[in-house]
This record gives sequence, structure tokens and C-alpha cells, in this order.
Amino acid sequence: MLSSEILDAVSTSFSVFFQGKNFIRLLMGLWVTISIAAVSVVLSIFFGTIFGMIMTIKNRVVRILSKIYLEFMRIMPQLVLLFLAYYGLTRSLGISLSGETASILVFTLWGTAEMGDLVRGALQSVPRHQYESGMAIGLTNRQIFCHIVLPQTLRLLVPMSMNLVTRMIKTTSLVVFVGVIEVVKIGQQIIEGNRLKVPTCSIAVYAVIFFMYFFVCWVFSLLANILEKRQKE
Amino acid sequence: MDFTFIKQVIPLYTEAAWLTMHIALIGILLSLIVGLICALILYYRIPVLRTITSCYIELSRNTPLLIQLFFLYFALPNVGIKLSGVQCCIIGLTFLGGSYMEETFRSALDTVGKVQIESGQCIGLTRAQIMRYIVLPQAVSVSIPGFCANVMFLIKETSVFSIVAVADLMYVAKDLIGLYYKTDEALLLLALSYFILLLPVSMLASYAERRLRYAQFGNT
Amino acid sequence: MALLEVQHLRKSFDEHEVLKDISFSVEKGEVIVIVGPSGCGKSTLLRCINGLESIQGGTILLDDEVISNRTKDMHLIRQKVGMVFQSYDLFPHMNVLNNILLGPLKAQKRNRAKVEKEALEWLERVGLPDKAHSYPRQLSGGQKQRVAIVRALCMHPEVMLFDEVTAALDPEMVREVLDVLMNLAEDGKTMLIVTHHMEFARAVADKVIFLDSGLIVEETTPAQFFNHPASERGRKFLQNFTFEIRKK
Repeated sequence: MLSSEILDAVSTSFSVFFQGKNFIRLLMGLWVTISIAAVSVVLSIFFGTIFGMIMTIKNRVVRILSKIYLEFMRIMPQLVLLFLAYYGLTRSLGISLSGETASILVFTLWGTAEMGDLVRGALQSVPRHQYESGMAIGLTNRQIFCHIVLPQTLRLLVPMSMNLVTRMIKTTSLVVFVGVIEVVKIGQQIIEGNRLKVPTCSIAVYAVIFFMYFFVCWVFSLLANILEKRQKE
Repeated sequence: MDFTFIKQVIPLYTEAAWLTMHIALIGILLSLIVGLICALILYYRIPVLRTITSCYIELSRNTPLLIQLFFLYFALPNVGIKLSGVQCCIIGLTFLGGSYMEETFRSALDTVGKVQIESGQCIGLTRAQIMRYIVLPQAVSVSIPGFCANVMFLIKETSVFSIVAVADLMYVAKDLIGLYYKTDEALLLLALSYFILLLPVSMLASYAERRLRYAQFGNT
Repeated sequence: MALLEVQHLRKSFDEHEVLKDISFSVEKGEVIVIVGPSGCGKSTLLRCINGLESIQGGTILLDDEVISNRTKDMHLIRQKVGMVFQSYDLFPHMNVLNNILLGPLKAQKRNRAKVEKEALEWLERVGLPDKAHSYPRQLSGGQKQRVAIVRALCMHPEVMLFDEVTAALDPEMVREVLDVLMNLAEDGKTMLIVTHHMEFARAVADKVIFLDSGLIVEETTPAQFFNHPASERGRKFLQNFTFEIRKK
């Protein structure tokens, strides 16, 4: 193909976004993706904080169980987990999950493991002598945790959990595999609908989806960077 | 559980696993090369190239592999670039992995302190010699745990390959569920296959990390 | 002609001027000790002489050759100037012998057997004959610092710069390092030493330079400086190192 032809194909392809509500539809699809990610992140941070605190308990059984959970979530690709939840649970337990519910369930379980490990790391990064200094000035355990440990761990955790948000949004792209009508699915519908009118429109649709993901994730990455820099100062 | 069925389909899974590992291996090797080049460009702050590299890294880190593959496989043919599914996977994995490897390498390069470089200068070494004899050897050993984590991450990411019609593990599992309704068996084998592929890598990663933390040069 | 000449050297970091018009010269075989309060620019002065910092004015001459602000062959100049830092900066991934050999073999392309023999002799002289194959992390601070000195010496530099080489050491290890410096002085090595050990400075120096706020306040013999400092600032500075008995 000549370069002028390519340019032509690309420019006509973008014309789909000026027809009807195509762009708005795509944005709505993105919104589905983002809301799944948002719910999963909120749940992950909540359960992850609890899980992280549990992991610092010095008990053999607790430690081994949490280690197994963490390793399993780490080793299994998120897509495999999604299949296990969507197809497996439906069959073996007779629970019928919608694609959305299965996705939120899986991403929360995965996010809890990741967040939990971050919380554990942050809690353990507070050096011993910080606790000892707290005790030396007569604080109770509760006061040591609230006034000494918590502020220090939060400073570490906030940028790290921003990174988790970016990862979560990227991972959410997988929900198309379990039949959720989200940005890619709507993109495919638009391509299908314009097959005859604008046969090359897939280039515009996928490019726009690509950059939609990029901008959403990029905002959170920038935020994480800024927070990380501020924390170092 | 239908064990005769499982026995029958195991070869399908091993074949798919081989294909996945094959693509992953090529992708990881290429990522390493891309990552190292990008890391050096950013480390030496080479003008122009540095800006391009930063743009690439932002794009790569902030988009899902799945969307990258969609673009490569379904969009590019419209401008005359026709790639096979496997080619798309290799390119996508390299595009993704390059930025991860870059980050690992560069943070490892940064761990080699300024005084180390100045001492190299003081004994009259050139910039290239300082990189080769002082910075790189130290950076490489620091980057091994991060490298293992990246390998693990990239192998996991291969699970979306079925979207571009590559007959990987997910593809086989989806097929068996769709054709024979053997959901339990298919899923069990799927989970098991990834477990067998990734457990050794995961163990290697934590071993490398422990070794780096507790052992330093001169312990052997 | 002097071996090293510093003429009207000026150095600033952004707005802040650290060295303002520094001039002095070093003869071959001379030992010069630079003293002064912290932040007076002593370390920066040494770093300028070794080209680790770019300078904003003046010239530095070594053997009548201008060495300031060069970029192209700075690594060749640095082979003539040895430097030892405060933080014992051995390369952690190499054993002691390879640390010492790296410069002579790679930068100067000298014969391995000869350099190795020389390195072992030096290690013997500084009291570390059995440490050639140890790694830096297996050595104490004082031992590492002695290796760093040998590493610089094996480059056969014309002048050696020592930047507070004992400042990071435990007190009981200071002596073993200073003894090595004393030894080198007796050998007739040309040295510029920045130190906080006044007794050592008095013993080793041919000339003392007292630096304060980026200026040379005094440049004189150790006897003169330590017994009868000419300037008020010098007198005040030296008082920091003595205590009066207050309790009866």
C-alpha cells in the first residue's frame, strides 16, 4: 500500500467517531471497565489492609495459610482465576455469577493479596527502635500504632496503592473474556456495524481504546510519581 | 471428574504449554535487549533518544497487553501490515516487557553509588571502562530478583494470547468447555498447567531475592 | 617550577561561591596539609584538582600542563593524580587484588605480573600481606582504607590527594591509616592532605594551608601555624581542639 492510501484509510476510519453516538458509546464502555476496577480497588484496599495486618501475626498456622493464599494469587494469571470463578463456580457450586460479579470477586481476591503484601511490607519496614522509642516515652501499644507506626506506613502505602490502581485498571481489560459488555465489546459492535460503510474503522476504534486506557492509567501513574517524590523529600 | 477424558486431552495441554513457553522465551529475551538499551539511554541521558524512550515507556506501562494485541492483530491489517498471531504475541510481549526490564535495570544502575564512579574516574578509567568493570557487574547482580519477577509477570501475561487465535492453554481450555462441556476437567488442567509452569519461576524469584538480601560479594 | 600550581581558582555551586580566588603551589616531594572548619571548601578544592568538579575560574597546572576544565582526555590526567576518599570506596564485587589491579591493567595497560608483584609488596608494607584475596566486606574500615591507598599508589601518581581519609573510621583504626600516610611522607611522596587530626598535621606537614569560607587565610609552616597562628580566625579554629580544665 502507498503511504497516501494508508493516510486515506486512517482518516476515513476515524470518521466513525463523528457518526451518531459512537464515541459516547465507547466512553460508556470505558465507564463499565473503570467502575469494575473502582469497586475492586476499594474492596481490595479494605480487605488488603486487614490481610496485611493478619500476615504480621506471629503464628505458624496463620503465616502458612496466608502464604499459600498469597502465592496462589500471585502464580495464577488473573485470566485463569477469572475462568475458574466464571465457569468453575457456576458448574461445581451451582452459583450462577454474572460476568461483572465474577470479575469483581476475582479482582478483589487478587487485589487483597497484592495490597496485603504491600501493607505487610510497610508495617515491617518500621524499624524496631521506633517501637522501642515509643515505649520509652511511655506510650501504650495502641498509641504507638496510631501515632508512630500508622503515619509512617501510610506515607509508604499511598503511592504504592496508586500503582495497584493502575494495574487493576489494566487487568480489568480481561473482563471481555467473560462476556461483560465493556469498551472492547462495544468497540467490536461499532466495527461490526460499520463493516460495509467504513471497512477500515477497526484501526480508529482500537487506537482510541488504546489511548483511552493510556490516559486513564497515565493519570494514576503520574499521581503515584508525584506522591512518591513528595514522600522522599 | 472424567479421568479418561483428562488422559486424552493432556497432550493438547502440553502442546499448548510448549507454544506458550516458546513465545514467552523469545519475548523475554527481546524484552531484555530492549530494556537494557532503554536503560542505558536514560542512564546516560542521551538527548532526543531519551524523550522517545520515555514516551515508549509511558505507553507500554499504561496500556494492557490485551489492547495492544487487539491493535496489532485487528487494526494494523487495514494499513497493510499483516502479522500472524504468533508474531503479534512476540511483538506485544516485547513492547510490554521492555519497559518492565528497563525499570529493573535502571534502578539497579542507580544503586551503584556516585563514589564508586568517582573512584573509577580517579584511577583513570574511561566512561566505557567504568560501565563495564564497575557499574554493570554490580547492577546485574542487583537486578536479578527484579528480572525474575518480570519473567513471572510476562509468563502470566501470555494468558491473553488466545485472543489473537494462538492455540495456548486458555484456548485449549475454552475449546474443551465449548465443545464437550467438560468444564471441571478443563479448568483443573488449565490451573494445573500454569501452576507447573510458574511455580519454579516463583520459587527461583524468592530464592534470588533472599540471596541478594543476605549474601553479598565474597560469600562464595 | 612547581609540580602542581593552582592559580586564582574559583568554584561555585549555583549562586553559592565555595572557593574564591585560591592560589598556591606544591613542590615535588612536598606534603601540604589543608585544615579549616567544615564547609570551608577543603574537599571541594581536592575534587577540583582531580577534575571531579568543573571550575568557574582560574587554572590548575600539573607539570606545566593545564588540567582544569578539560573534557576529552580527563581520564589520562587522572592517572597522574591519585585520590583517596573519606568513605572507603572499594569496588565490592572485586577482591582486594583486583581492586588494585583494575586501574594499572585497564587504564594504563601495564604488565600484569609486574603490577601484581608491586601490589603485593605494597600490601605487605601497609600491613595487609594476607588480604589480597579477601573481599572488601570482609575487611575492617581501617583495612579498606589502606587498600584504597594502595590502589591509588599503584597508579604511580605524581601527586596524591587524601580527603579526610580517617573521618569515617572508628577511633582505634585511625592510627593504622595515619601511620601509612606518615610512611609515604618519609618516602618523599607529594601529597595534599585534608584532615581534622591536628597532631598528625603538625607531624606530617611541610606546609599548612588554613582555609576559611573559601579563602586561604594562612599558608605557613606547621610550627608557625600551630604555635602562633597569625590570624584571629586561625586562633579560634585551633581552640576547637583544646579543652581547659574547669573543675577543681
